[in-house]
Amino acid sequence: MFEIRDLEVHFGVIRALKGISLEVKDGEIVTLIGANGAGKTTTLRTASGLKKPTSGSVLFEGRDITGTTAMERVHLGISQVPEGRRVFSTMTVLENLELGAYHRKDRNGISMDLRKVYELFPILYDRRKQAAGTLSGGEQQMLAMGRALMSRPRLLLLDEPSMGLAPILVQEIFSIIKDINREGTTILLVEQNASMALQIANRAYVMETGSIVLSGTGSELMQSEEIKKAYLGG
Amino acid sequence: MSRLNEHPVIKKAISLILTYVIVQLLISTNIISAYLQVTLATICINIILAVSLNLITGITGQFSLGHAGFMSIGAYLCAMIVLRMPTIPGFLLGVFAGAITAALVGCVVGLPTLRLRGDYLAIATLGMAEIIRVIFLNLEITNGAAGLSGIPKFVNWFWLFVFTAGTVIVISNFINSSHGRACISVREDEIAADAMGINTTKYKVMAFTFGAFCAGIAGALYASSFYFIEPSLFGFMKSIDVLVIVVLGGLGSISGSVLAAVLLAVISTLLQSFPEIRMVLYALLLIIIMLFRPQGLMGSKEITFNVFGKLGDMFASRKRRV
Repeated sequence: MFEIRDLEVHFGVIRALKGISLEVKDGEIVTLIGANGAGKTTTLRTASGLKKPTSGSVLFEGRDITGTTAMERVHLGISQVPEGRRVFSTMTVLENLELGAYHRKDRNGISMDLRKVYELFPILYDRRKQAAGTLSGGEQQMLAMGRALMSRPRLLLLDEPSMGLAPILVQEIFSIIKDINREGTTILLVEQNASMALQIANRAYVMETGSIVLSGTGSELMQSEEIKKAYLGG
Repeated sequence: MSRLNEHPVIKKAISLILTYVIVQLLISTNIISAYLQVTLATICINIILAVSLNLITGITGQFSLGHAGFMSIGAYLCAMIVLRMPTIPGFLLGVFAGAITAALVGCVVGLPTLRLRGDYLAIATLGMAEIIRVIFLNLEITNGAAGLSGIPKFVNWFWLFVFTAGTVIVISNFINSSHGRACISVREDEIAADAMGINTTKYKVMAFTFGAFCAGIAGALYASSFYFIEPSLFGFMKSIDVLVIVVLGGLGSISGSVLAAVLLAVISTLLQSFPEIRMVLYALLLIIIMLFRPQGLMGSKEITFNVFGKLGDMFASRKRRV
């Protein structure tokens, strides 16, 4: 359903992505792993339209969407949870979630999705009137995910959902990602925590300094000696 | 009282009409003298300026130093029209022509400059205001540095009230609408707002244009209140004055801007009796207020009309006890 072909991205003169290609099929969880500065976040930001590529193309459900803006992609059904959560901190939890459904007009659908988000993250319901900035890191991550889900995306782009979270919370977040996927949302997940990501992913791509160096199913890569040594700690 | 609480619109209307009638009574009984009426005009004009700059800087988070430029457009247009058509319709035409022209300029200037952030945007808007000032300084039709004088006075408490209350109500309703929420999200985190599918450029330009429109109204009211305008009135310092009100009241708080505009005008009027050290005291007061309330008088909170309701309830329950 989603495909990137020969994507090149530059920051000034620096070539951040050196022609990468990847594919996400309907209903999958695909993860992109790799070290700091490998270009994972840049790939995701290009996928969501926040960054413009120098060359190459982005396809969604058979359509070339390379030239579209982030706004148009949200309408098409691609929603991003940005790195570092980026919740609107002076607004309440509820207002944050409502802004996620900003471009939608179907009031009934919105309140239905709001209920779904509260079911997925019961803590957000308890905190709905609280300013988002006062939530803990894990709660903010849940809010950022809930906010992205409010646009009812078909493809959810997740950037480092485990960043800065306690191990127990990482477990919880990842099991929720699996739940979201099971309800029909396709997921492209960027993660530094390779072992967690590989456990839940159908397929994975490994990035190194702007290129994809390895790909395969989650379990294949978990067995690979190379990956074990480089990312899984032996 | 409890029935009134259920109708916020009625409550608002009652408080507005009361404000109007009370001040009008004070003017007719000469308790508010001609001299104090000048202060009253300054307060109203400053409220319009501050609330509209708050929309741009406090709500949408775009640091603009060009408000005096938009104000001068409104002032000159209104003055030129009223000088040729010294009637009430002429005055109203002048106000709206000034406001619409200011909004157009705001939109045209906003489209390219709002791509800039923070300090860069401040410098760009500052430059824009200076360009506008220099244009008025060199045009034949605006009488250059000598300015325009003998502008017929149409502004009285009625018009001041209509335009000030109108601006405050329209802007506070805007902020509480979904468009207003979108503007706040741009201030909070532009990248996240982008990722939510919010057209951030559109909202920045919208706030900028709307703010310019209101500044144009304020300028027009100024021209028709004070008989005389010249380019130097609308320099860099005028923009700073407005910014001081906004920051003092609290970035993002509309009622804070209103409160600060009133407070600063009152302080400045009281200080008239000490002309030599007036500006020193004024600056000192500002420093002291900012030291103790760095977030502004109101922070980002608002006084709503509920306050009147609560006061009413308190009063009612006390009476019952007696």
